[in-house]
Amino acid sequence: MSQSLVTMSYIVATILFIFSLSGLSNQETARKGNYYGMLGMAIAIVATALSASVTSYVILIIALLIGGAIGARAALKVEMTQMPELVAIMHSLVGMAAVLVGYANFMDSSLSLSGVEKNIHEIEIYIGILIGAVTFSGSVVAFGKLSERISGKPLLLPGRHWLNLGLLVAAIFLGRLFLQQTETGGGTLPLLLMTVIALAFGVHMVMAIGGADMPVVVSMLNSYSGWAAAATGFMLSNDLLIVTGALVGSSGAILSYIMCRAMNRNFISVIAGGFGTGSGGEAAVVEGEVQPIDADETAQLLLAAKNIVIIPGYGMAVAQAQHTVNEITKLLRDKGKKVGFGIHPVAGRMPGHMNVLLAEAKVPYDIVYEMDEINEDWARVDVSIVIGANDIVNPSALDDPNSPIAGMPVLECWKGGTTIVLKRSMASGYAGVGNPLFVQENTRMLFGDANATMQAVLKALKG
Amino acid sequence: MKIGIPKEIHPGEKRVATTPDAAEQIIKLGFSVLLEKGAGLAANISDEAYKEVGVEIIDNAKALWKKADIVMKVRAPERHPELAVDEIDLLSKGGRLISFIWPAQNEALMQQLADKGATVLAMDSVPRMSRAQKLDALSSMANIAGYRAVIEAAQHFGRFFTGQITAAGKVPPAKVLVIGAGVAGLAAIGTAKSMGAIVRAFDTRPEVKEQIESMDAEFLLLDFKEEGAGTGGYAKTMSKEFIEAEMALFARQAMDVDIIITTALIPGKPAPKLITEGMVKSMKPGSIIVDLAAEQGGNCALTEKDEVVIKHGVTIIGYSNLPSRLANQSSQLYATNLRHLLTELCPEKNGTINVNMDDEVIRGTTVIKEGKITWPPPPPKLSAAPAPQTEAPAYAPTKEQQKPNALKQSIPLIIAGLVLFGIGSVAPTSFMSHFTVFVLACFIGYQVIWNVSASLHTPLMSVTNAISGIIVIGAVVQVSAPGFVISVLAGLAILIASINIAGGFLVTRRMLEMFRK
Repeated sequence: MSQSLVTMSYIVATILFIFSLSGLSNQETARKGNYYGMLGMAIAIVATALSASVTSYVILIIALLIGGAIGARAALKVEMTQMPELVAIMHSLVGMAAVLVGYANFMDSSLSLSGVEKNIHEIEIYIGILIGAVTFSGSVVAFGKLSERISGKPLLLPGRHWLNLGLLVAAIFLGRLFLQQTETGGGTLPLLLMTVIALAFGVHMVMAIGGADMPVVVSMLNSYSGWAAAATGFMLSNDLLIVTGALVGSSGAILSYIMCRAMNRNFISVIAGGFGTGSGGEAAVVEGEVQPIDADETAQLLLAAKNIVIIPGYGMAVAQAQHTVNEITKLLRDKGKKVGFGIHPVAGRMPGHMNVLLAEAKVPYDIVYEMDEINEDWARVDVSIVIGANDIVNPSALDDPNSPIAGMPVLECWKGGTTIVLKRSMASGYAGVGNPLFVQENTRMLFGDANATMQAVLKALKG
Repeated sequence: MKIGIPKEIHPGEKRVATTPDAAEQIIKLGFSVLLEKGAGLAANISDEAYKEVGVEIIDNAKALWKKADIVMKVRAPERHPELAVDEIDLLSKGGRLISFIWPAQNEALMQQLADKGATVLAMDSVPRMSRAQKLDALSSMANIAGYRAVIEAAQHFGRFFTGQITAAGKVPPAKVLVIGAGVAGLAAIGTAKSMGAIVRAFDTRPEVKEQIESMDAEFLLLDFKEEGAGTGGYAKTMSKEFIEAEMALFARQAMDVDIIITTALIPGKPAPKLITEGMVKSMKPGSIIVDLAAEQGGNCALTEKDEVVIKHGVTIIGYSNLPSRLANQSSQLYATNLRHLLTELCPEKNGTINVNMDDEVIRGTTVIKEGKITWPPPPPKLSAAPAPQTEAPAYAPTKEQQKPNALKQSIPLIIAGLVLFGIGSVAPTSFMSHFTVFVLACFIGYQVIWNVSASLHTPLMSVTNAISGIIVIGAVVQVSAPGFVISVLAGLAILIASINIAGGFLVTRRMLEMFRK
């Protein structure tokens, strides 16, 4: 295949990728968009494989088949509650691939460049491996945290900001050293050292981030994996890689921004780690008594209500309660009640996590609302059910300036009729913040495992 | 300890201080319960029902007062009509009494009780805080009074409450005005509304507007600014100008509505006179006024306490003890309030009470402790009414932060500009063409991603995962480069990246299939 034809194929693939992303603007076009993406990928791989520079097909085909099989198996077996883990581990794979390609390119002596072009090429390799390594180790730690192999609590080393700065300075210094040594054909040692430093930086960065900030981390690593691909594109002078990397990178960056805004957090402060350490005075202590309720009374309340909103949180995913919730929703809708779902942008451990879980349970997506869509309607809501959520329904975010989550937009369910909170026990949320919602006059607490209690409510509703 | 429940002796008082249900719970706390014979009859509760749960029935009042360590009553002690002796004299020295007392109005009674060395807990003095709500007998009684007020009005009102269009003609709905939206007022609003009437309500405290509107009633707004909330969530006396504006409003409403239910009370003061004789005259014949403040002198100038009178064609109902007219219901709620108080007093469930003056709820309720008058209590720390300023301070800090932000925002822009300038000054042209593509792609990504629906953020992440597997073509190019190590590295990269491609696209497809209407 001629070079021009390859380039033309790349342009087509690029356009298909853009269609694929823009298709996601609504549920109807999203499925089609996904097929565009697949087509684009197929065109890109075939065109590259048929280009003049590729000669050894054995490794290529075997690796493609093995990798494809592993990926397909993972995609078909994964539980929807484990999506954050899957996404995180896939980020790490992109990072690792970027590192490998970087090293391969570094060792490839067939390229003959000189002067500034050579220097720029070396810098591209260096940066590509750096971003790839940070993405790789950061994603592995994120995966560990999401799958609870590593504690979700932030690990705060003393002087961690200085440590980060030190690692950055070391990386720059090694970069200089690397450039000097490549003049004479060496440079392997600084490159390896830098890789180790980048890996350590990735681990340290994600270790310092608490569980509630995970949506930001996951989308940030998404962004990094894109930048890693873009850097590889520069290294190989391949525009398709650059464009795709930039698309993915900006997508992740925007998601991170949306998540940060949803928590009223500064992006830098999330990355630097340490939740709530920077806030001023003492947060107000929550006083008062909670009023428990049982499943039968909950069912009575639901039967008496006209307009019901369900607010799911990570606890629903943990208890796998989404199917029971859907049954209840169906039953109530059949009885002529208006049932909706209110989704906070950071509910769960990944952007859009709750939507996927509800979709899996076959909750129709047109009754699932975003926070902004529902926050003005609380006065019309008779009963709201909070399932395994805490910080996203915390009134102190609005009225207590000293709260660690002050200023974070929350679902203001207490403005409605009765709020029923499903909770395992009276422990505080991920942010470790007390929640005055639980002691409000119109709040009732339904203690127990979310799935078991929802089952009991369902039975009471039927019976 | 033995808890004695005497029969109420006040004329017309039908309530009783405990019910079999409550008594059962009290016995579980370790107390034993004694009941004067026939105490529950007026509330339709037989002695047998009490006996079943283990209550001991005592034949006469004297023996009961003597045996009991704690006496629980509804009404404050008064002269016993049959025994011709004061109930206070029946109370043993150093005894304990729990009942309504109204310490502000009954100074002589307080002194007598103190002289006896008694410990007295007044159910009317329970502090207004959320923890004490379950023992707030005033609220539970007011709720009943509000309900009953509407029922009494319906009894005397010659028409339907609800509007109807029948074959025999059109019936307009009754118009009800409720003055004072406390617990009783709200209960009255709810009852009248559920009977189909058009309900309007007025209160000096603007914060109850929401509560009134939540019950589908119309809140009558006064074009006048004054804060009507006193301490503890009760109303306070308003200024002269305010009252004039208020009276003008009532005068206008009196001509229009069919039923007025007044519930305006100011703690420790005679009830404000809100409905003048002139207003009564202006009402339509057959109209009803139910005056829930009759006990404190009445909100209507023509109210006669405990009587139903017809003046200028308007029926004015002045019953002072409406809860007693729903004796079974109010006994139940009052008994539950008392049981909750006992639970607070007896945290160890060992059948003895501990009047712990450090506990804010018990401190407020206790008006006499061992002969020492402890009323009034220090003001409660928590007010039931939300302080109006709570929201303002929360927004102030964010505003302060915005100013430096504007400056901060421009710094990255300046840095980015300098970096671009730096790159442009040294980079070769081949690099610049790639860089152009890169920057433009970032902008396309920016435009496209903002349009992505929030509910599809997870599929977005998995599909970007898949397409960032495009890195595979970097590896494909290199797999044929000379050198075994390079081939292995590139092969490994192909394998890894293809996991991403296959996994990402397939899981996205799986997720998108789930999104159904």
